[in-house]
Amino acid sequence: MFFLIFKRFVLGLITLFIVSLITFIGVEILPGDACTSYLEREAFGEALAACIKRLGLDVPAHERYISWAYNVIQGDFGYSLSGQMQINEVLGPRIKNSLVLASAAIIIGIPLALILGIITALWRDKMPDIIISTVAIFSMTIPEFISATLLILIVAIWLEWLPGIVIVPTDVTFFELLPNIILPVIAIAMIMTAHMARMVRSSVIQVMASDYIQMAILKGVPYWKMVFKHVLPNALLPAINVVALTIAWLLGGVVVTEVVFNYPGLGRLVIESISNRDLPVVQALGIILASIYVSINFIADLLTLMLNPRLKTLQTRK
Amino acid sequence: MNTNIQEIKDLCIGFKSQKGEQISILRNITTNIRKGETVGIVGESGSGKSTLALAMMGYIKHGLFTTGGECLFKSKDLLSLNNKELEDIRGRKIAMIPQNAGQALTPNLKIGYQIEEALKLHTDFNKVEREKKISELLNQVRLPSPSIMALRYPHELSGGQQQRVAVAMALAGNPELLLLDEPTTGLDVTTQAHVLELLKDIAKETGTSMVYVSHDLGAIAQVCDRVIVMYAGEIVLEGPVRKILKEPIHPYTYGLLKSIPKLSLSGLPDSMPGSQPQPGNIGSGCSFYDRCNFSSDECKVKVPELEYLSDIDTSVRCFNHSELISKTSEQKITNDLKNKITIDEILDLKDVSISYAKQGIIDQFLNKVTDTNPTVKDINININKGETIALVGESGSGKSTILKSIAGLLKTKDGYIKFDKEKLLSGDLKKRNSEDLRSIQLIFQNPDESLNPNHTVEQILSQPLKLYFGLTGSKLKTSIAELLEKVRLGAFYMSRYPRQLSGGEKQRIAVARAFAARPDIILCDEVTSALDVSVQAAVLDLLQKLKEELGTTYVFVSHDLAVVKAISDRVAVLYQGRLCEIGPSKDVYQFPSHPYTEVLIGAVLEPDPDIRPKLVAEDIVEEKPPEIGCSFQGRCPRIIGDKCRNETPPWQIGDNGNAIRCHINIEELKIQQS
Repeated sequence: MFFLIFKRFVLGLITLFIVSLITFIGVEILPGDACTSYLEREAFGEALAACIKRLGLDVPAHERYISWAYNVIQGDFGYSLSGQMQINEVLGPRIKNSLVLASAAIIIGIPLALILGIITALWRDKMPDIIISTVAIFSMTIPEFISATLLILIVAIWLEWLPGIVIVPTDVTFFELLPNIILPVIAIAMIMTAHMARMVRSSVIQVMASDYIQMAILKGVPYWKMVFKHVLPNALLPAINVVALTIAWLLGGVVVTEVVFNYPGLGRLVIESISNRDLPVVQALGIILASIYVSINFIADLLTLMLNPRLKTLQTRK
Repeated sequence: MNTNIQEIKDLCIGFKSQKGEQISILRNITTNIRKGETVGIVGESGSGKSTLALAMMGYIKHGLFTTGGECLFKSKDLLSLNNKELEDIRGRKIAMIPQNAGQALTPNLKIGYQIEEALKLHTDFNKVEREKKISELLNQVRLPSPSIMALRYPHELSGGQQQRVAVAMALAGNPELLLLDEPTTGLDVTTQAHVLELLKDIAKETGTSMVYVSHDLGAIAQVCDRVIVMYAGEIVLEGPVRKILKEPIHPYTYGLLKSIPKLSLSGLPDSMPGSQPQPGNIGSGCSFYDRCNFSSDECKVKVPELEYLSDIDTSVRCFNHSELISKTSEQKITNDLKNKITIDEILDLKDVSISYAKQGIIDQFLNKVTDTNPTVKDINININKGETIALVGESGSGKSTILKSIAGLLKTKDGYIKFDKEKLLSGDLKKRNSEDLRSIQLIFQNPDESLNPNHTVEQILSQPLKLYFGLTGSKLKTSIAELLEKVRLGAFYMSRYPRQLSGGEKQRIAVARAFAARPDIILCDEVTSALDVSVQAAVLDLLQKLKEELGTTYVFVSHDLAVVKAISDRVAVLYQGRLCEIGPSKDVYQFPSHPYTEVLIGAVLEPDPDIRPKLVAEDIVEEKPPEIGCSFQGRCPRIIGDKCRNETPPWQIGDNGNAIRCHINIEELKIQQS
């Protein structure tokens, strides 16, 4: 089992390495470089040469990659172009904000999705299922920029209960931020919860139809005991990976929602730095988002390994 | 005192079709289960036997509903009780032993917990007593070291062990009635015989009534006192086991018994034409009318009633039952194989060994051999043109592995496979040329999985024809029609999808697809295991007819010794991927034989209550073949000591031409086994 974990870990590192290569090469083959995009129309002659010298762009690409990668490993992403500030300082608050948004959505969305999924499965084809499933399909299919806009219109403009867009400096404290995130969280949670609830529903229904549940019923196990002991552990196991992907998606920045609400998170930073052609930041974001995906999937794999007795013993026996 | 523990009155269960029609699955079932007796419910798939068994617990599957009648357990109608009341009866008064214990045990819960759960629900034991009882139960079902067993998860046990756990779980509540739904189907022959023995002992010890649902008349014959035969949702015959199995007075039962291959008979069994009508498609007369050889005009228009004959304590649903015995005695069967075997060798397996172990990247790099104990080893078999050779053995014997290797789906580790005396067959499918691929075709066990559900029969059959012969247009159509003709299906089947066919029809399409390539060799991998007996007989008959017509060579893999005896000229017995015995089939089934063959033959269940299986060896499951010595040393009842453990046994040739690989002298074996 430890060997397997080690293998997954190494695979994750390899993935990150490849992602870093791809982002680096991608940025490299774009026409122009950091200097031309920063200097814009003044990108000629001495100014350009000075800039190239200052940013070290005159060294061959592979050497630059190595020194960049070496610095990244030590946690230093270099300087952003537009703000002329350290990328770490740019990223820090953004990551914090995205984390706040994501955690709130996770805390609300995942338990809700599980509960709704289980309810719809247990009351399959009955009233609770029909109502919840219909609502879920609606919130799944309405694109988030529409639902977000509607939310702003109703809650912020008509009712004037909450701020419609987030106009705060990037580095506000948590409590100042809190009222601002309610609407974005609702907008995100709607889609996320609906997706996951549908997944949980089908997984529970599948387990309910299995031979071992029929057996548990015929053994005389009371209904709720059967649900908690026999159904849920087996039905929720495959959900772990979906939950993990959702979390990674949330942390990686929910681009559209952040843009609609003007929320200072990672997602909006991606858009901003691309439109500003701030290539070092794009590069840094690429590697950070990849790390988030890789590490969350790694954790999900560990959890599955730990919770699934089938996998556990198979590995230890080996 | 009422001696009936369960009374079923006029029970009807059905479902609503998409058009809103009510379609019956069970029609007017009336029967009683008496205290302390074991009743068998027999029928082919779709006869409603499992639905009936579940109804006996008050359980109706999702989508089905009762349309009439009642199911009385101790005068309480189970079908009108609510869930709470049912929970008190299920497991405590009536317990179920499921068909596939591997799937019926909850995967995330330990064995001990699942048994304890039943004890908690149905007894007043405290924690210590419960633990003691778990050990007792596991002991009672003869599982080794109960304390360790209780801590295992279901997937860590073998099929036979899982089934035993299911039995222990059912016994935990001390039920008065035990329902067994195909409890031994899917187990190896020796395991099956052991589990049946166990069930019989339990019935004797505890006095529990049992209802044993099965399609296997062999198993029914071993355990039951009384038998109910079901056909198309009705009871067609009911009576004492001897009466039913020895002198069946219903034409369906008669045909069913005839279609079972038996060790005591040679040649193919008689097959019954047609198939069971689907629910909702039952005509106005007797439901068996279409397939009956003894029908009269009356049968077509009038439904026969279940008639009780008090002199033989039997109920029968047939107008002509009194004449059946005299009519059937006139029928004689001569279905001996007429294979034209030449001495032309077509396939030669020389020193073949196959390994599933994957080399690690580093070992591959160093070119190091990691697996010194491959799954299949030292296989030497010569196959002549036109013969049928069967590979038999229990699961894990390597029989399918060898088949896959001949087909090119698995690489051989050592040795070679030669085709048509000179052509060496590559273990890599991609390196075989089109001609080699065409010459060897494979038919799989389960036609549901081997036929593409999104292709019509025409598309399925046109693929080999296009691929190997480049047929197109009207020529292609004619060829497909000819193929369908060959497997006795009309040309109108062309436009159908696999889901619109019955199990037997699907397997016929699979057979037709194999023959479409005009192969020299057809590899049959358990081709009849998923089929009902009457359909099995028809498919075997078809395979034999096609072979006689076209001179094809069959390599036939099966776990069923009786089927193998019926269809094959030569038999190779395998244990743990090693050959034990090989020879002409009539000789392999006679003594002297390899101790493993002896064990296998002993465990075969004949549909006759007077022939009991002989259990000579334990049904332990070995995960790996032993590194040295005889492959069967772990279970051999005739083991003679260290020689068997350390030395590979030599081949010995018997008087009849069968070769046995054993340390015991063949003359000695003959004396011991007679």
